[in-house]
Amino acid sequence: MNWNKVYGLSLRHFYLIKSSFPRILDLIYWPSIQIFLWGFISKFFTLSSSYYNNTVGVILSAAILYDFLFRSSISYNMMFLEEIWSRNFTNLFISPIKIKEIIAALTLTAMVRTLIGMVPAALLAIPLFGVSIFKIGLPLISLLLSLYVFGITLGLLVTSGLIRFGPSFENIAWASLFFLAPLGCIYYPIEILPEWLQIVAKILPLVHIFEEMRNILINDIISYTQIFLAIAISIFYFVLGVIVFYFSYAGAKIRGTLINVGE
Amino acid sequence: MKLEVKNLEKKFKNFTAVNNVSFCINEGETLGVLGPNGCGKTTTIGMLLGLIKPSNGKILIDEENFENLNREKVLSKFNFASPYVELPKKLTVKENLEIYGRLYGVKELSKRIQEISKDLNLESFLNKKTGELSSGQKNRVSLAKSLINYPKILFLDEPTASLDPDIGDFVRKYIEEYKSKNKISILLASHNMREVERLCDQVIMMKEGKIVDSGTCKSLIDKHGRNNLEDTFLKLARNKNELE
Repeated sequence: MNWNKVYGLSLRHFYLIKSSFPRILDLIYWPSIQIFLWGFISKFFTLSSSYYNNTVGVILSAAILYDFLFRSSISYNMMFLEEIWSRNFTNLFISPIKIKEIIAALTLTAMVRTLIGMVPAALLAIPLFGVSIFKIGLPLISLLLSLYVFGITLGLLVTSGLIRFGPSFENIAWASLFFLAPLGCIYYPIEILPEWLQIVAKILPLVHIFEEMRNILINDIISYTQIFLAIAISIFYFVLGVIVFYFSYAGAKIRGTLINVGE
Repeated sequence: MKLEVKNLEKKFKNFTAVNNVSFCINEGETLGVLGPNGCGKTTTIGMLLGLIKPSNGKILIDEENFENLNREKVLSKFNFASPYVELPKKLTVKENLEIYGRLYGVKELSKRIQEISKDLNLESFLNKKTGELSSGQKNRVSLAKSLINYPKILFLDEPTASLDPDIGDFVRKYIEEYKSKNKISILLASHNMREVERLCDQVIMMKEGKIVDSGTCKSLIDKHGRNNLEDTFLKLARNKNELE
């Protein structure tokens, strides 16, 4: 791994963010809007629901964590799409950069983009609704890590599709997370799902992450097994995502689609 | 650096885009690739740049098969410029050159950026966003990017397309001087026959994925009994029987 090249490609995205105030505003705007929306919904639920009545902010915390996942995945996709939209794709893929260096650069830069949006939103929730995700404590780091790895994995799968099918796959980029959201049990316990769907949901890391979050916030219990499971499943999917990306890249070279992407 | 292509072929399902193409570019030589749209020029360049996997044939770099060489090592000695491939528009010229300099592992990058900016007259708009430049300026920036890593083999796809005669001449002159000074090999795909006559040592003419004729510009003109390369090209491109 040549870190100078990783830094070089990351720099391309930092310069892009730095060059445009509306771009920075856009990164902060949507997570903050989510906080407002879910903050009021959360407030209403805490007043009206016996399940949530002792735990202010469970829904809002879930909304923040889900948005973290959403932002990390979208950031990864956006950076890849940025190369297609700017017709820079060919220049990038003929440069002497390895695929793993491209993945590393996009993964690291996606983290910065995600944090630019999420840190202000998470801080905003404290004075506005009296909800702090930092109440989760140290396990929060593990949960965020797991969400981030899974978000990047979804990004990898979408970018594999972009390489395979071209820019027409772009719509899937936006739809991918909404597809998984119902199975992630973000705002409700897993028991709500039919039994057969619970089995499907359990093979995703999201259920384990959000169940654990509720476990900590409502019952004040930390299950390290659940946290470990969430990270392990996320890493498993990440490795799978990398393999799919490599296959997709090799396939695109055979089909000759790399040279036409962005045109 | 010598680039040799032997029996190169690319098939997309039932369609043969490049059919049994062979040529050689010796060190310090410029090879012109001519042919009508869809004749397989871009696919050939794509295979040479490692973007497309050939169905058959060999690409030899200094007598060694590209497939057996380290991809990144080979690509660090190549570069490419085309008006159809752009650099990120929201980034300044300097930022773009810095990024590509890093990706190509250029040492003393600031010095190199300064040097190439001076050579190609980029200094006055180095801090301007690439998307705000005129097509002539963009073209020179693209050329600067393609030379940032001191390439041994340069691939140029219509390097002066859409340029006014003055800037076109500046670019051609610069390529000529750069080549003779640095002894680089160039593959030039162009529809500008005067440009090809001026820059190329050898020419291959492609049609429907095949090489239909090759030689020096003069030998081709003489062989086909025409006055210039443009008429020769038109004859080859239009008259199927002439080719067979």
